[in-house]
Amino acid sequence: MKRTLFAVLSITTLFFSFACERRGDVASGAGTGPIVVGYYGDLSGRTSSFGQSTKNGVEMAADEINKAGGINGRQVQILTEDDQGEPNKAATVVTKLINQDKVVALLGEVASSNTLAAAPKAQEAKVPMISPSSTNATVTQVGDYIFRVCFIDPFQGEVMAKFSANNLKAKRAAILYDFNSDYSRGLYQVFKRSFTTLGGQVVAEKSYTQGDRDFSGQLTSIRAANPDVIYVPGYYGEVGVISNQTKQLGIKAPLLGGDGWDAPQLWQLGGASLNGNYISNHYSVDDPSPAIQKFVGDFKGRYGVQPDALAALGYDAMKVLADAIKRAGTTENTKLRDAIAQTKDFPGVTGKITIDKDRNAVKPAVVLKLQDGRFVYATTISPEGSTPVASSTASPAGAASPAQ
Amino acid sequence: MDTFVQQLINGLNIGAIYALIALGYTMVYGILRLINFAHGDVYMVGAFAGYFIALSLGLAAAPSFLSLALILLASMIIAALVGMIIERFAYRPVRKYSRMTTLIMAIGVSLLIENLFVARIGAAPRAFPDFLGSQSQLPYRLFGNAAISKAQIVIFLVSIALMLILQWIVYKTKVGTAMRAVSFNLNSAKLMGINTDAIISLTFAIGSALAAAGGVLTAQYNPNIDPLMGILTGLKAFVAAVLGGIGNIPGAVLGGLLIGAAETFVVGYGQNIGIASTYRDAVAFAILILVLLIRPSGLLGSTVQEKV
Repeated sequence: MKRTLFAVLSITTLFFSFACERRGDVASGAGTGPIVVGYYGDLSGRTSSFGQSTKNGVEMAADEINKAGGINGRQVQILTEDDQGEPNKAATVVTKLINQDKVVALLGEVASSNTLAAAPKAQEAKVPMISPSSTNATVTQVGDYIFRVCFIDPFQGEVMAKFSANNLKAKRAAILYDFNSDYSRGLYQVFKRSFTTLGGQVVAEKSYTQGDRDFSGQLTSIRAANPDVIYVPGYYGEVGVISNQTKQLGIKAPLLGGDGWDAPQLWQLGGASLNGNYISNHYSVDDPSPAIQKFVGDFKGRYGVQPDALAALGYDAMKVLADAIKRAGTTENTKLRDAIAQTKDFPGVTGKITIDKDRNAVKPAVVLKLQDGRFVYATTISPEGSTPVASSTASPAGAASPAQ
Repeated sequence: MDTFVQQLINGLNIGAIYALIALGYTMVYGILRLINFAHGDVYMVGAFAGYFIALSLGLAAAPSFLSLALILLASMIIAALVGMIIERFAYRPVRKYSRMTTLIMAIGVSLLIENLFVARIGAAPRAFPDFLGSQSQLPYRLFGNAAISKAQIVIFLVSIALMLILQWIVYKTKVGTAMRAVSFNLNSAKLMGINTDAIISLTFAIGSALAAAGGVLTAQYNPNIDPLMGILTGLKAFVAAVLGGIGNIPGAVLGGLLIGAAETFVVGYGQNIGIASTYRDAVAFAILILVLLIRPSGLLGSTVQEKV
């Protein structure tokens, strides 16, 4: 009895896999069937809000493309897989999307560790993958089929150095960084280099380690160096306390940080002491440029919530992919890869996107000012050699979430 | 000069917290010859007791000195009860066995408390309400750049007051005399008609209440509280007790202030002599090793042979 059941099951499984395969063949062929794109993300795990947000952005972009007649006359179909936020599951679902569903390209993940687990599978099968929001520098080093549409961690250091020197007219900067975090050290080193190049002087460099509870020693030394700004590229848990103790020591220089600050707990820990500080981030929902305002309006109409940075990056990843398929005129993998690599000045909602030779996006970052529990849009800063984005006037803004 | 004074204020401020916790270590050691490794976790329990009381009574919405005093008192009482429960159900049953058994029990209790808290409320840091308005208030200027914040003043005043009260209890009251008698010789004290179990229980209660006060006070300066906050702070307070001479009450206070000042000066001036600020935690433990090598009885400890 058991054996019969097993046989029946096996045959059914075989049948279904054939069925999928056939549909996949039709999809990826040069015919007129839908273009099948795989999306994988965390839809039920600990970071499910990241995966869900990104998925909303991707699906909205796909629907817009389809309503406008598809890509070269073909509709886009998104196949979604849940990796529950676990790297090994990410590798499994990506293998399934590639072998069984025969997707022409992959979109995902948010967390760099999950993308790093899945990327080798895509690279092996030579299926182009675009990560919307994994910022760790090593992600795209997996191979020449792996791309991203967000900036990488060190760029934030450069952005804040430029903002200090050019916008805040700072001459003297102090740095307080997390000694044990690659993210923090990366941002610190780039900030120091860029700020010095721009003619500024780094007058104090102090470190702490994650979990430290008292920063008054470091901050007192920093105060003695009399800086114009203090760069603190850490995570919200320590930064909230640092901001509080900065205030208690009577230091008036603003603190500057990165997307690691962006969490609701920051406000609980730091409260009013955070007012007047600045962070760099991926995008701002109240950037006044019409393209962003249209995106924010459409997204709210569709999902009833404000799009965070992850939704915007998911949306842009899909649009960049569609643009590349259009230019390539085919979904054949090498041609599609080359087309993605040639993306230049693509007008995304998170800024003008250019893919560089390392397959990273060269694009602007926004600087947000912290004011009474909100992140207020301050300005947009473009990387070297890219055309600046038109929007620049200050206006109140809601929060944008960090990419992981 | 103002920077030096500022670092001294910072250091003594952390040191005052270490001293409050070190008192509990030293008192328990004094009477039982036991290093109560769960003491750092009682400090954490005190901070969380204050946090949950503040939330449930809605006191966070109306910050004032009065609500801070109320929270401080309530969390001290809760921690005292926790300390007594730990002593009654974990240490007393094994007290008759070797001292090693009680020590292992202490480590077990410590891990149990930490993991219970992680399991029940999660390991993510929480923000203790700001009762003194320190998030939006400028500090009081002393001279030059040297300044002292409201939270720091409150920490100093409350710790000094608590230490004076402790001194009064130990040296001027009947229970204090009993405590000193038990610490001198438990069996003789029992023969003199002292209820030693009650005195030991009371010692745990007082030590735990002081640790809880440290937990609530430090949260006014650093609002970040989590279930594992007691580990490192507890260990440093233990080092402070050893430095001052374990079993010696003024020694615990002196040790706490010295450890606090030492680690702040490492952060502030260490790099002038080639010690990076990341060595701040290593310093406390280097001091521990040096004390044990050079003066095992601590700065104020007596060199009397341990009674067998």
